[in-house]
Amino acid sequence: MNTNQDILLTIAATLRSFLDPLLGNPDVVDVTMYGVALAAILGIIFGNAVILVWAERKVAGYMQSRPGPNRVGPIGLLQTVADTIKLITKEDIRPKGVDRWVWFLAPVVLFVPTLAAYAVFPFSEGLIAVDLNIGLFYFLAVASTVTIPFLMAGWSSNNKYSLIGGMRSVAQMVSYEIPLVFSLIGVVMLVGSLKMSSIVEAQSGIWFIFLQPVAFLIYVIAATAETNRTPFDLVEGESEIVAGPMTEYSGMKWSLFFLAEYANLFAVSAIATTVFLGGWQPPPMPAVMRDAVAFIPGWIWFAAKTYFMIFLFMWFRWTFPRFRVDQLMSFGWKVLLPLALANILVTGVGIYAYRIAIGG
Amino acid sequence: MQTQTFELNMGPQHPATHGVLRVVLELDGEIVVKATPVIGYLHRGIEKICENRTYVQSIPFTDRMDYLSGMNNNLAICQTIEKLMALEIPERAEYIRVITAELNRIASHMITIGVLALDLGGWTGMVYCFRDRERILDLFNSLCGARMTFNYIRVGGVGWDLPEGWLDECRRFLKDLPEMLKTYEDLISGNEILQMRLKGVAPLSAERAIAMSASGAVLRASGVDYDVRKANPYGIYDRFDFEVPLGTSGDNWDRFYLRYLEIIQSARIIEQALEQIPEGPVMAKVPKMIKPPVGEVYHHVENPRGDLGFYLVSDGSPKPYRWHARRPAMINLQLLDELSRGTFIADVVATLGTLDPVLGEVDC
Repeated sequence: MNTNQDILLTIAATLRSFLDPLLGNPDVVDVTMYGVALAAILGIIFGNAVILVWAERKVAGYMQSRPGPNRVGPIGLLQTVADTIKLITKEDIRPKGVDRWVWFLAPVVLFVPTLAAYAVFPFSEGLIAVDLNIGLFYFLAVASTVTIPFLMAGWSSNNKYSLIGGMRSVAQMVSYEIPLVFSLIGVVMLVGSLKMSSIVEAQSGIWFIFLQPVAFLIYVIAATAETNRTPFDLVEGESEIVAGPMTEYSGMKWSLFFLAEYANLFAVSAIATTVFLGGWQPPPMPAVMRDAVAFIPGWIWFAAKTYFMIFLFMWFRWTFPRFRVDQLMSFGWKVLLPLALANILVTGVGIYAYRIAIGG
Repeated sequence: MQTQTFELNMGPQHPATHGVLRVVLELDGEIVVKATPVIGYLHRGIEKICENRTYVQSIPFTDRMDYLSGMNNNLAICQTIEKLMALEIPERAEYIRVITAELNRIASHMITIGVLALDLGGWTGMVYCFRDRERILDLFNSLCGARMTFNYIRVGGVGWDLPEGWLDECRRFLKDLPEMLKTYEDLISGNEILQMRLKGVAPLSAERAIAMSASGAVLRASGVDYDVRKANPYGIYDRFDFEVPLGTSGDNWDRFYLRYLEIIQSARIIEQALEQIPEGPVMAKVPKMIKPPVGEVYHHVENPRGDLGFYLVSDGSPKPYRWHARRPAMINLQLLDELSRGTFIADVVATLGTLDPVLGEVDC
């Protein structure tokens, strides 16, 4: 698209050209490069969690007219590091009567789908671990398995609060999965592809948020529910069921839940960016200005949009009260689902009318 | 499918039980079959302690009953003792008492509103309520050096006169109050999710409210027009022009919103009192050793949580023969089981928030 090469792509190309003569076999080089991508993604997840924990507390402070963390490091930036050290050194308590293996595996398993989902995020043009032709479908399929570890944690903890939380998480995530998927179908119909890079490239003229505003709204609501954040934080619901499935976890196991929450938050925001906000592309603007900002690499745009979405989710969290479980269900099934179906219908009719209009 | 109910022990260590209340919930899934409050974790035997203290020494103990409304409690016990002694109070002291008691009512209601928002998952609403309440606590702090346990209202008047500039500071607070209320309206009571959570949940009929001897906002939310300040005016409350806001259905929303409206009425009373407050002494001539004549007395005032009454029996000695408090929070809390049945776990938290017990008073 543009002539100046992305710095990250340059690094990747340099690495590959360095590895090529070293390893010889191109397949081995490919596998090694996947390893590098995995390491990069892990770096993104951990680095991101550090920033997001800090950012969430800063945003909360801003919303609540107080400074937020400002003691450890400059403007409190090292607060998360201090917290992490605290969490690692904490005693890892295993209560009596837990289902040992299930209980141990839950936080670990929770992390797997989250990590796997990152494989298909198009951070920039060409900067995607695996550009699957069913990228969006892959993301949805992988992300939906997040329900299981929550149920595992809730069931194995041998605690009634945890059990209620686990049951709630299944009911909530399964219910909001459906509007989430349906909200994305409208976009897929417009693009005609599930490939992440095609979806982004299809938005070079106009972002899909303008063509699919209702779908975007449904997506944001359902994504908030999927990530268990206020006003849909019934799974955790600290004033009702203490901490839900996480009640009995402490130390590093608990922080894995925490980490996964922020990784998921980033994931749904990244998908919103990819599908609705034009991905790595700069905002629509006149050609002159487009050339002027061409030096900004795509991943900067991608990160900016993703962090904007994350800020939106944080804004929700710090201003809304929580739904009740029956209201949550009726809102999901009676409002969001019909709305999503209607959106698909309108999109279909719109595409048909457009084709007739241009004589296709 | 065969199902069975299960028991969930909520508290005494639980984020939403306002202290150390324990509620044993019998649950059918998420639906409450029975809610049994278990109280007494904070019982200190204040009634018995006060029977072994002089009359004046019992005033600080009332601060520690309903610790969110110490001024009102001080006022209640002092007026009871004064009634027993048939004491006349200087005008200025009466006005200071009204101003501090109503300020304390506003502070207490701010907590109720904020903590309810917190119980429903709205952190930020709570923070703003607490921030604004701090203005009142600062006023009290400059007045008597304490933020919550004041011991400022004394038998025969108040401890000392207002510090310089205090009334201006109080006026400034009242000037800012409408903006604070606007914030709460935007952030808490105007929120549709919050309204959905509260409206129509746990309604209480006027008959049941009276039968259960409920008082305060819990009673008035059911539409019963009973406010001790109007029904049985104490002090100089008959001089002020204010309304008693009433609810209609007695659901959680009415109980919650009534407190919001009561803040506005309290501000009205303070404004009038600030205009009328005279100069003069703040303490009547009270003997160093209070020995009320033999007899008994019951006096009640409108505490932020309801009808707070004190019953004293004097045998002519410096110590009361019987010292009893009618604690509104304790009596209102008894409604929890009745109101919670058939609602969700999340509603128990909300109902508890609107009944607004302070465990220091419940357990006494």
